[in-house]
Amino acid sequence: MDQSLRELYQEVILDHSRHPRHFGALDNATHKADGHNPLCGDRVTIMLALDADGRVADIKFQGKGCAISQASASMMTEMLAGRTQAEAQKLMDGFLHLAKGEDAPGLSPDDREYLDVMSGISEFPMRVKCATLAWHTFKNAVDEGATAGSAT
Amino acid sequence: MTAATKIAPAFDVEKIRADFPILSRQVYGKPLVYLDSGASAQKPRRVLEAMTRFAETDYANVHRGVHYLSAAATDAYEAARRTVQKFLHAGREDEIVFTKGGTEAINLVSYSFLVPRIQPGDEIVLSVMEHHSNIVPWHFLRERHGAVLKWVDVRDDGSLDVEAVDAAIGSKTKLVAITHMSNVLGTVTPLREIVVRAHAKNIPVLADGCQGAVHEIIDVQALDIDFYALTGHKIYGPTGIGALYAKRAHLKAMRPFNGGGEMIREVSRDIVTYADPPARFEAGTPPIVEAVGLAAAMDYLMALDRAAVKAHEHDLLTYARERLRDFNWLRVIGDAPGKGAIISFEAEGMHAHDLATILDREGVAVRAGHHCAQPLMERFGVASTSRASFGLYNTRADVDALVAGLSKAREILG
Repeated sequence: MDQSLRELYQEVILDHSRHPRHFGALDNATHKADGHNPLCGDRVTIMLALDADGRVADIKFQGKGCAISQASASMMTEMLAGRTQAEAQKLMDGFLHLAKGEDAPGLSPDDREYLDVMSGISEFPMRVKCATLAWHTFKNAVDEGATAGSAT
Repeated sequence: MTAATKIAPAFDVEKIRADFPILSRQVYGKPLVYLDSGASAQKPRRVLEAMTRFAETDYANVHRGVHYLSAAATDAYEAARRTVQKFLHAGREDEIVFTKGGTEAINLVSYSFLVPRIQPGDEIVLSVMEHHSNIVPWHFLRERHGAVLKWVDVRDDGSLDVEAVDAAIGSKTKLVAITHMSNVLGTVTPLREIVVRAHAKNIPVLADGCQGAVHEIIDVQALDIDFYALTGHKIYGPTGIGALYAKRAHLKAMRPFNGGGEMIREVSRDIVTYADPPARFEAGTPPIVEAVGLAAAMDYLMALDRAAVKAHEHDLLTYARERLRDFNWLRVIGDAPGKGAIISFEAEGMHAHDLATILDREGVAVRAGHHCAQPLMERFGVASTSRASFGLYNTRADVDALVAGLSKAREILG
């Protein structure tokens, strides 16, 4: 079989898409945003709670879409839990580089290893948007998605 | 060795395939299996050559100069109009307006025919299986002029009930806008019956023929239809060109849409008068080379036995449905009697985009998504589907490649 296909749809990714982590609603969310890819209909909602220090105290997502978009959202939430906003930004920058097939020098070896699982997407330019949707939506949530009850 | 006597088949697909240079290429080291003709069809060499030859020998702007080439180009452009007239069996060549595609043809009817006639509360009747190009122009009228969209549902098999269309046409209806063939379901609508019902109530009918014109033999006079829109690139012709057929009486009563050169009779500082149709609706330099290409594509089709082409495509559809029946994890959407060679399906546990990516690496090009028909997706409760759409150059071997690709996708994702 096509090696790049095997890499894209490797077991870790399929597992995340079938059994997404952090899936569901977050009642005490301070930030929330909806992401939509109109080309393929992928939808994702990112909900997170920032604590007083600006750390991602909790994060959840809901959505519907292809295996890549759902796995990417699941893996992202696993990574971002407990991180500061600055760290989250660094991870996002790193991931966007990897998704384009570029090097991501800013990442720690552990983060790099974790994100590398998704880097096979760079062989599929038409699908990169599926992998980055959750990350862009997270960024929107943090930047513009303060919920009504939150103090930011 | 004895030479078997072979009766020449009515339709020789291998001969057809040889006319389409792109079909001999490979993708990812695999032979191309192109099952996305519903999005855009490939072009036969004859179309490409006609365009090149025209550009190399007879090209200039049309209707303007007095010089030799301008006359030659104008002749070619107007000859192309007569080819479209012949293809649609229109009564007059001035009933054919060149547009940049099917979308512009429908928008032309909206702006030039309907806007001056529409009052708040007036209704436009359309089916839930319309392409966005036959929805959004009417949404504009809803947003800007208070028009009401009256949606006609389809049956569960994707067929359209003419009684339901009839029932939707009321005293406030200004237009029935309906597809001739669904780009998702393949459903061919009973256009003639719809026209009869609508005309009984004095309501004009527009058909979106972007798919229908490719696969059906169109006779706008027999249909007695008011407007028929088509696009070049789905009919084995170039992009950037389409056509609107409209009855002469409608065109004469329609105000211009785009303003500019070539659509005027006279322009002064204070007044402007307009050219007669169809020039009135063809402002600016038209897609001249593309018109020549469209005519070449239509000539190509008209030179074939179109009943045999239709039978060939029907055979592909029947064969594909037979083969897909083996997959109990696959749900085909759209099963209307007499449907055209388009199959949309949903695969259990597999998103259409993942499926399309895996098929792509097998060389099989299908469309995945909502196919610019979101109301229809909603009707069938799906976010997206995969779609295999067949052209006259497809073969049973293409269907086999699709089936093999689907098995592989099931293996990876299932």
